[in-house]
Amino acid sequence: MARMKFLCDAERCIECNGCVTACKNTNEVPWGVNRRRVVTIDDGLPGERSISVACMHCSDAPCMAVCPVDCFYKSTDGVVLHDKDLCIGCGYCFYACPFGAPQFPQDGGFGLRGKMDKCTFCAGGPEPDGSEAEFRKYGENRLAQGKLPSCAEMCSTKALLGGDGDVIADIYRTRVLVRGKGSDVWGWGTAYGKPEKQAAPGGKS
Amino acid sequence: MKRMLVIVMAAALPLGFLAGCGQERAPQVYKQGKYQGKPDTPPWENEQFKGSQTAWDDAIKRRAQGQNEYVRIGDAPGGSL
Repeated sequence: MARMKFLCDAERCIECNGCVTACKNTNEVPWGVNRRRVVTIDDGLPGERSISVACMHCSDAPCMAVCPVDCFYKSTDGVVLHDKDLCIGCGYCFYACPFGAPQFPQDGGFGLRGKMDKCTFCAGGPEPDGSEAEFRKYGENRLAQGKLPSCAEMCSTKALLGGDGDVIADIYRTRVLVRGKGSDVWGWGTAYGKPEKQAAPGGKS
Repeated sequence: MKRMLVIVMAAALPLGFLAGCGQERAPQVYKQGKYQGKPDTPPWENEQFKGSQTAWDDAIKRRAQGQNEYVRIGDAPGGSL
C-alpha cells in the first residue's frame, strides 16, 4: 500500500516557484490561497537554501486531531483530505499545522474566513472522481488518472519529489550517494570531476 | 364570508404550529474522533483502472520513476537502477 509523501531536496531547489505556479494552474486555486509556497532561508547570503512547502500529509496529522467537526480523513494511499461541506472554517487546523498548510479564503467583507483549503496531493476530495463538483471544491484529481501531483512532476530540477514514500526515499538516497557532499554537490567537482580523478599520478595538476 | 375565512384561518393556525411535530428526529451518528463527511472512493475505482489496485500501483510507481533522472538518462553516474 502506497503512503504518499512529498520530499524537497534543498540542494536542488532553485526557488523558481514553478511548483507554486503548477499547483495554482492545475487546481485553479483562487487569489489569496497558496497551497504550496517556496521558503528561503538566509536569502541573499552565501549558502542560502530554499524548500518548497505544502501539506506534508502527516502519518499522524495534527489537523485531524484538532478538528472540532472531524472533517478530515486519510485516503487509502495515505493522503490527508477533508470534506469542505463539513468544514466550519474555525482555523484550529491552521494553528495545529507545523507547516502552515491550511489556507482560508478571505476575500469577503467583515473579516470573512471561508472554508479551509489545502494541498490535496492532487487527489481531489470526497466527491465523485473527476466530477465538476470535485474540481470546483478541491481541484484536479490526478491520482485517479494514475498521475502524481503536478508540482512534483513540473519541478524543473526535480528538487521536489512526490509519490510513495519508499520509492521517493530510494530516489533521494541514490541521488545523495552519487553527488557526494561539500563542494562536490554544487561546485567545481560536480562540473569537471573530482580533483583526484583529474590529476594523473605523478603528473602535473 | 369574511367571518368564515377568519374561522378557517384560526382553525388552521394550530395545525401550522404543530406541522413540525410529525418530523422524525434525525439519528445521532456523531462519533468523537471519527470522520463525519462523505465517503471517498479509492483512486483505482474508475474506468481507467477498472477497480484494479495493482494496475494503479504499477502506474504510480512508473510515474514516480519519471522523477529519477538516473533511470531516465541511463548511463549517468549511479548507473541504471
